[in-house]
Amino acid sequence: MEGSRSLRAAGPRQELESAVVRFAGDSGDGMQLTGGQFTLTTALAGNDLATFPDFPAEIRAPVGTTYGVSAFQINFGARDIKTSGDAPDVLVAMNPAALKVNYEDVKRGGLIVVDTGAFNEKNLRKAGYDSDPLEDGGLDRARFLKIDMTAQTLEAVKDSGLNKKEGLRCKNMWALGLIYWMFGRDRAASQEWLEKKFAKRPEIAKANIAALDAGHAFGETAEMPDGGGAYSVPPAKIAPGIYRAVTGVEAMGWGLVAGSQSAEVPLVFCSYPITPASTLLHILAGLKDFDVTTFQAEDEIAAVSAAIGASYAGSLGVTSSSGPGIALKTEAIGLAIAAELPLVIVNSQRAGPSTGMPTKTEQSDLYQAVFGRNADSPLVVLAASSPADCFEVGVQAVHLATKYMTPVMVLTDGYIANASEPWLIPDVGSVPGFPVRFREQAEGFEPFMRDAETLARPWVKPGTPGLIHRIGGLERAYGSGHISYDPENHQRMTEARHDKVEGVVRDIPPQGVDQGPESGRLALVGWGSTYGPISRAVNNLLGEGVEVSHIHLRHIWPLPANLDALLDGFDHVLVPEMNMGQLLTLLRSRYARPFEGLNKVSGRPFKIGEIEDAVRAKLEAVQ
Amino acid sequence: MNVMSPSALTPKDYATDQEVRWCPGCGDYAILKAVLKTLADLQAQPENTVFVSGIGCAARFPYYVATYGFHTIHGRAPAVATGVKLANPELDVWVVGGDGDMLSIGGNHLMHVLRRNVDMQILLFNNEIYGLTKGQYSPTSRVGTRSPSTPQGSLDTPVSAASFALGSGARFVARGVDTQQKVLPEILSRAHAHKGASLVEIFQNCIVYNDGAFSHFTDRSLADETQIHLEHGKPLVFGKERDKGLRLKPGSVALEVVTLGEGGVTEADLLVHDETNRIQAQMLAALEPPAFPVALGVLYCNPGASYEAEVRTQREAAKASRGAGDLKALLHSGHTWVVGA
Repeated sequence: MEGSRSLRAAGPRQELESAVVRFAGDSGDGMQLTGGQFTLTTALAGNDLATFPDFPAEIRAPVGTTYGVSAFQINFGARDIKTSGDAPDVLVAMNPAALKVNYEDVKRGGLIVVDTGAFNEKNLRKAGYDSDPLEDGGLDRARFLKIDMTAQTLEAVKDSGLNKKEGLRCKNMWALGLIYWMFGRDRAASQEWLEKKFAKRPEIAKANIAALDAGHAFGETAEMPDGGGAYSVPPAKIAPGIYRAVTGVEAMGWGLVAGSQSAEVPLVFCSYPITPASTLLHILAGLKDFDVTTFQAEDEIAAVSAAIGASYAGSLGVTSSSGPGIALKTEAIGLAIAAELPLVIVNSQRAGPSTGMPTKTEQSDLYQAVFGRNADSPLVVLAASSPADCFEVGVQAVHLATKYMTPVMVLTDGYIANASEPWLIPDVGSVPGFPVRFREQAEGFEPFMRDAETLARPWVKPGTPGLIHRIGGLERAYGSGHISYDPENHQRMTEARHDKVEGVVRDIPPQGVDQGPESGRLALVGWGSTYGPISRAVNNLLGEGVEVSHIHLRHIWPLPANLDALLDGFDHVLVPEMNMGQLLTLLRSRYARPFEGLNKVSGRPFKIGEIEDAVRAKLEAVQ
Repeated sequence: MNVMSPSALTPKDYATDQEVRWCPGCGDYAILKAVLKTLADLQAQPENTVFVSGIGCAARFPYYVATYGFHTIHGRAPAVATGVKLANPELDVWVVGGDGDMLSIGGNHLMHVLRRNVDMQILLFNNEIYGLTKGQYSPTSRVGTRSPSTPQGSLDTPVSAASFALGSGARFVARGVDTQQKVLPEILSRAHAHKGASLVEIFQNCIVYNDGAFSHFTDRSLADETQIHLEHGKPLVFGKERDKGLRLKPGSVALEVVTLGEGGVTEADLLVHDETNRIQAQMLAALEPPAFPVALGVLYCNPGASYEAEVRTQREAAKASRGAGDLKALLHSGHTWVVGA
């Protein structure tokens, strides 16, 4: 056990394999910063972890209201951590609204730490409480640790020279100090961070550190009520190397850049702001030194059109949006399919239809990605399974788009985009490149001639002498690319576009089994961000001796060549997804077998327990 | 005058071998001829030239010009062309579209490409009707236009392309007539010379669905009295006898037609055309027969930084201050930690 020890005579720390902590408070309470600091310290302590921020859709929601509650959840452990956790073991609630919004999520028998100083009449009223729930005694879900953090913080910072308002802003650090004590964490990294962050206002740094230390000291010295104990979570066994925390959107941005470097083609990223996809534009806008051009277009259609124009001119056009924006881009994506130009489209899915729930996650755009265009218009669809996985998926999207001269749709979602996890930083120098060879030779050139293996047409940069030609959305004659209404030609071109995308399977590695036996009674087949909960559930079940396997798809279209044979080895296949059964339909149509779905569309990720229960129920039913 | 080298390209060299598929007598033929002449006048490098179009009769244009060409989707040509310029600012980009393509489905993109001032020539063929979909009224059709979709006459106020462009912040706005084969190439060359977005509205006759839409000012017999050809720094004079002019109406912010020599009016009383004056350009754009002549030529030209050049400047500045991007350093930036074996 590392870190400080409780001076309390309450016995040794209770060792936990993993724990889930959620910090919740008003938007202005600094919960995201607090969670970020706890994450950093937890990573330094050698735990595996996963986090998820949950902030309000309103930019500046009124203080104290339930819709202004901002939360940050972290799951950390001595074992592999796959999700940000089903239910918090510990909830820190900085005001009544935070308690109201998060109470039902807390694990039964868990611990809720509240700032009683914030439970005044005004805040209770804003949170919709008629009376003080801490006094009423009806809250029996968890144990409560009631501390007047407001008063404790003001006492801790009274010599700092800050006024009351500034002093109260240190409250989050007081809470962090207490939770550091609770899990035996070292405060040094946060102290250092505060000194750096407030280098220009040392009195603020000092006050925050005083609050942090005071919260910690409170844990060490105060008489804790029953259950307000101290825990330890030993380091996890994780692969050695250099790690960093990464969110899905960061990994995607960097993956696209890495892909463009490998392809030796500059990236032109054209986008229109939309939740939860906008951050990708922000990240890439800061990477101009990587020969990245970013363009905030006037709308979704202009964004994809400009990306197509960039690809036409010899750069790699990339566009990004969420479901409703992808819908607007659809016609232009058809143009990229017809003109056979590389294009990467990143869809950070959100709950719908229509505006739906922009800040809530869902994976309900699979139909849209695979089928959602007029005519026979195939493209490649990839899905990232975790924040870190976005890096490889980004690289691969660029590879396939440029190799096959095709649009590639990348599916991620609001959860993956915002969630973060530790990432073993890859050795980018060791990845083989896939440089694009632009056509320059005039002899024998036709704009719609095709590579014998990939069926890709040549990529020509305008500006190249001797290769002048015209292309467009009207059907083109096989080879010459001239406008053609010839019936046989349309048949042939439609088949060529189909076969080209089908042929991408040669670049798809055989589908493996993530966990569990290679064949057997039951397989769970997932895709995208359900990876974490399925993986943890299967891991738990295998530990209990339940025979179940986990197969997770990155390649949604085309599907891996061996998937049919692989699924054939299982008596039953269950497909958990955050929609009403979209991958399920795709698999049924492709393999004509009675696969079953497990569907959740609440705007929240699957809980591990939900998947475990479904597996048990299924196995019992087929006994 | 330039001395042409023996290998100089002629208008014919800029024509493709594709069969032109516009209706016989369509104004588009005349515009194509003027564009091919302009390219020859400019000795444009064919491989460095790109024609981008949307959808409509006019949008077939790229197939008939022996340069690079991209026939895209309805209304989006300005956006596609913006991407082309972002990827390669060296390319000489022309965008071609009709009034439906540019002012109806693509009105938003036209507005933004103009205000951003992306360096390209935008040729808006205005025939005040939808041709390719067989004759419905368009956003430039005059109120009362009877068409298959408006059998009792259209109700909505038309948009003026030039006023819209000026209002959007365009830095080059000009107007020409399809059949004016001497003047039109000159206007197109001016548009080409302007670095930034150049909008040229070309009044184009649709012989099938809207024949004679502009004859009230394009007929040779009327042209002298119904057109005013703008020249920078010259007084605004028109008329067969060059005896009419435009001046500011005393006591008002409006133009009026005056006759030189009548009531003591001399040329000194007339407004002098100032291409850099946006307000004056707006007043000229609004002139309509029969009370006023139609203003043709360069209404407004006031160069400013072009968008794609500024984008490149920012990118190069980032590279100069941070060095060429180092992916390994990027991935290792910020907080990292080591897990031991």
